[in-house]
Amino acid sequence: MIIDAFVLRALAAGLLLALAAGPLGCFVVWRRMAYFGDATAHGAILGVALALAFGISVTLGTLVTALVMALVIAALQGRGWAVDTLLGVLAHSALALGLVAVSFLPGVRVDLSAWLFGDILTVGAADLWSAAAGVGLVLALLAWRWEALLSATISEDLARSLGLDPRREHLVLVLALAIVVAVALKVVGALLIGAMLLIPPATARVYARSPEGMAMAAVALAALAVLAGLAASLVLDTPAGPSIVTASAAFFAGTLGGAALRRAILSRVRA
Amino acid sequence: MIPLIEARGLDVAYGHAPPVLHHVDFTLRAGEIVTIVGPNGSGKSTLLRALLGMVPLSGGTVRRAPGLRVGYVPQTLHLDANLPLPVSRFLRLNRRLRADEVAALLARVGAPGLETREMATLSGGQFQRVLLARALAGDPQLLVLDEPTQGLDQPGTAAFYRLIEEVRRAIGCAVLSVSHDLHVVMSASDRVVCLNGHVCCEGTPSVVSNAPEYRALFGLGSQGALALYQHHHDHGADHPDHPHDHEVCDHDH
Repeated sequence: MIIDAFVLRALAAGLLLALAAGPLGCFVVWRRMAYFGDATAHGAILGVALALAFGISVTLGTLVTALVMALVIAALQGRGWAVDTLLGVLAHSALALGLVAVSFLPGVRVDLSAWLFGDILTVGAADLWSAAAGVGLVLALLAWRWEALLSATISEDLARSLGLDPRREHLVLVLALAIVVAVALKVVGALLIGAMLLIPPATARVYARSPEGMAMAAVALAALAVLAGLAASLVLDTPAGPSIVTASAAFFAGTLGGAALRRAILSRVRA
Repeated sequence: MIPLIEARGLDVAYGHAPPVLHHVDFTLRAGEIVTIVGPNGSGKSTLLRALLGMVPLSGGTVRRAPGLRVGYVPQTLHLDANLPLPVSRFLRLNRRLRADEVAALLARVGAPGLETREMATLSGGQFQRVLLARALAGDPQLLVLDEPTQGLDQPGTAAFYRLIEEVRRAIGCAVLSVSHDLHVVMSASDRVVCLNGHVCCEGTPSVVSNAPEYRALFGLGSQGALALYQHHHDHGADHPDHPHDHEVCDHDH
């Protein structure tokens, strides 16, 4: 059987994303940054518009806007607004502004659905290299700061007593998040990046017994979702990004259902 | 002998709010047991953090002995239920410990065999003991406790403070703690510092509990303040969290 090169590139891009999204997604879950991830991802659409308007690389454009978005959120936090309100305002504003900005672009018609829901089957060799570089950087950052990030997540006071600055650790996560958003935009699109960050760690939590175990299980689950989703998309001719997220959601439902069934059987056996 | 910590003219303010701490002088020597007491909002925790360099100062100086080893027990932590954290992993945060060292630490705080339990499933008393074990891991010269018995009932609180006294006798560290349930801590303390934005009064437990500044702030008789591990159901109007008159505290400044 001959597998086309574009399928292999899609697979490689998806697996690269899984590598970074697994551990980073764990921190998003532990620190309750789900809305934060969404807001950063939605801001990336604005980045696409700006990149196309100024003729720079889309990856660079999304990286910069995601970073700016994340820094604006970090700066506005703790000024009296409820965090979810603030993030909601910024996320929807950035998305709307991005869509308006795209409509002003002269000439080429922009395929919006590709940016909103991903277009993994058109990943090129250059995309793959930048994805590999981004993922490598994120993994290096997380590995370097792992203990510090974990301490700051468990207790900011504890982190401070160890001589760490919790704000700096937060910025490390913000930077990692911006990079992952830029990488994931091509794979699952702006609207589904949050799903790749949340669903695999939430699934991994059911059986995880340590922070590191949860991160590794999240990587494995995300990679499985990429494999299953891509295969389904090829066989059933469904959109790739949403298929990957659907596979991930199916694992989540299956794992929760399995755990509930196991508890029910155990309690029946004991009774 | 140089003090472990020496603060002179300490000022701490958050943003443009009035300063939380104003011109606080404080000295802690090796092996001393010092308790900071004060009503809610009096700046107790802030003083602790300022002494440890955890908050920026807006004035004054803090000098810590070079290489000072501090074991810090935070106010009780709120762990996210989605973070799977076994006790042994928590003790190993930012620190390399062998399995036998982990077991010895847990045994020392009277919580042996908890290594594989998840932090989120521990009882309040077990949780505080694990926090203490973590603080002891670096063989501290100074143990710092920020209201460590929040959420414990009175027998639990009494047992925890007895444990701290035992540990202190065993390793000879200084103990600096913050409390508002002072009737439990005071008798073990060499010195009590009564704080309300500034140092109202300071001295041995009996001196402080008889000081008019202290009585004005807490409205408790010396009997209540010194009775160790004794139950108090008779606070009535004299609730320690609600000082009657802050002004009395200022007369000697």
